[in-house]
Amino acid sequence: MTATPARRMLALRPRRVDPALVQMAALAVVVFILMASLNPQRFLRPYVFDSITYMAPELGLLSIAMMLTMLSGGIDLSVIGLANLAGILAGLFFHATAGASGPDLRHAGAAVLCGGIGIAVTAGIVGGAINGLLITRARVTPILATIGSGQIFTGIALVLTGGPAIVGFPGAWSAIGNGRVLGVAAPLVIFIVIAGTIGGLLTRTPFGLSLKLIGTNTRAATFSGLRTGRTVLLSYILSGTLAATAGILLSARTNAAKSDYGISYLLQAVLIAVLGGTNPAGGRGSVWGVTLALFALMLLSSGLQLMRFSNFLVDFIWGAFLLLSIALNALRQRRR
Amino acid sequence: MSNTLTPVLSGRADSPRLAWVLKRPELGVGGLAVVAMVVIGSINPAFWDAANLFSLLRANVITGILALGVMIVMLSGGIDVSFPAFAIAAMYLTIKGMIALGYDGVVLPFAVATMIGLLLGLINGLFVYGLRMIPLIVTLGTGTAVRGLLLGAVGSSQINIDRMPPALIGFGRLEFLRSVGGGNGLSTMVVLYAALAVMVHLMLRHTLIGRSIFALGGSEEAARRAGFNVRTTIFFIYGMAGALAGCTGLLHGSMIWVANPRDMVGIELDVIAAVVLGGTSIFGGRGSVMGTMLGVFTLVLLTNSLIIMHIDTTWQRIVTGSIVILAAAATSWRDRRIAA
Repeated sequence: MTATPARRMLALRPRRVDPALVQMAALAVVVFILMASLNPQRFLRPYVFDSITYMAPELGLLSIAMMLTMLSGGIDLSVIGLANLAGILAGLFFHATAGASGPDLRHAGAAVLCGGIGIAVTAGIVGGAINGLLITRARVTPILATIGSGQIFTGIALVLTGGPAIVGFPGAWSAIGNGRVLGVAAPLVIFIVIAGTIGGLLTRTPFGLSLKLIGTNTRAATFSGLRTGRTVLLSYILSGTLAATAGILLSARTNAAKSDYGISYLLQAVLIAVLGGTNPAGGRGSVWGVTLALFALMLLSSGLQLMRFSNFLVDFIWGAFLLLSIALNALRQRRR
Repeated sequence: MSNTLTPVLSGRADSPRLAWVLKRPELGVGGLAVVAMVVIGSINPAFWDAANLFSLLRANVITGILALGVMIVMLSGGIDVSFPAFAIAAMYLTIKGMIALGYDGVVLPFAVATMIGLLLGLINGLFVYGLRMIPLIVTLGTGTAVRGLLLGAVGSSQINIDRMPPALIGFGRLEFLRSVGGGNGLSTMVVLYAALAVMVHLMLRHTLIGRSIFALGGSEEAARRAGFNVRTTIFFIYGMAGALAGCTGLLHGSMIWVANPRDMVGIELDVIAAVVLGGTSIFGGRGSVMGTMLGVFTLVLLTNSLIIMHIDTTWQRIVTGSIVILAAAATSWRDRRIAA
């Protein structure tokens, strides 16, 4: 505890390759070889990988959001509620401006589209700011603050829709979720841009460094003059924005938005964050690790689905994987 | 919570009166419950019918016993989101077993369900103590794994009343005070809930293991140096929470006469909301059985009375979410006041 902040900052600089990253890359390769050898004729087809590039980005954004809040020792359990709320708000906006169906809605112009994106992202920023203020100002623990706000976000979505899904989005909106940019899936392009930005933010700016310092030792960070409140608040605003973006991708891909979509994404996002080398107690985590974990788990899940595993057993495997990765991390730390 | 605290808000933190009130969250939540009952009763007088009050108390039982388990975990500074999966796994496995063996009874099945819950709870303890992992992540993992294994490997179809063991249903239907309620008596399960609550209260206040739970919630290192056995305590906490969950699961099945392996999804939020409302601090070390029971009562009162107050039930989640946030903020404010 006597190390000066400067020394701590030096210690945080990447020295060699992170063992968690190596472990993750190895896991991805093992999963790939396993699936390919168990089921070559069905697994080694282009459409399997093509569908991953459309499905993975929304989960990836949620996982990065989870990692961001874990860096300061927190967690964001409201991401799914906020993602669905953002999609629903955008859908309601489209239905209000261009009608609930028909050619007006299908061919809604760029202005309407930008309005929808603006509303969804604003919802994410506001929702994230509420979480951040609850945590930094009202001093509510992240778990309770985001469990509560997640319920409220889902509740608002439920009150707005009355339960059923909002179906029917503009054609340009579904292009975000189903289109291609230079031959690459549009969601993947969005994911790469956002992941790159967040990665740069974490490794090359004071914000990223102080976020990790806060997670390593909040008291030391405060005494060394870092504005812990503002940094943590910003991390939750970012997390909310990422969740809303995931909501945009989800509603664009499925052409629908519902208050209880993607509940199982919550565990998967936590799992991917932890598996990607994020320390849920704070201080450690990287976009690279999360991306590798995302890739490995998407391979695993499509492989299991191709082998006709029941969805329930896939859930079991997710849970068991989370526990296994915890055990591996603990063992690795003990050996050190 | 604020209504009873308002008169003393202006008091300084070091005034003994304020400190006395702050250390008794039961007063706040109890006051809230009374106010809510008066308001709801004046909006719809049918609220005060014995039949309505009896059904309200009956609705406390399942959430209440689960809340006792979660409270113990939170007193130690942890959190548990795996108990709904454990409860349902214990119930479904026990009832499946009873049907397969053609066995009918009450005591042995409850013992088995409690044992299943206990074993699953000890797995949580193993991860939390042995691997030093954050309880939220551990219980998220065990809960999902147990639910997935139950649905994927044991079965996903619900057992309806025609195949349920009759003795279990008979047990769940026991009631008394039938003359007061005009035909519908008060469920005997309320007595069971009260008995378990007294047991947990005595355990927490008058046994060494109870004191060590509070000590662990205050500070693990301090508890260790004071000579408490941290390992035993952590296994006890998670084992007990699991056992309570297992027992509650079977009770739930026998009270609704159906064994549905997909049941109780999302109930952890209601239970955690009730425990936090009852004044238990997530930082550990503070909370009481009385407060938790009042928290459960108030939460069930508010959410169940939405219909009687002519409010759409889609608002239920917003009510629960707001309760979690407001109660947690109030508890955090109180803890800082006491510490100041």
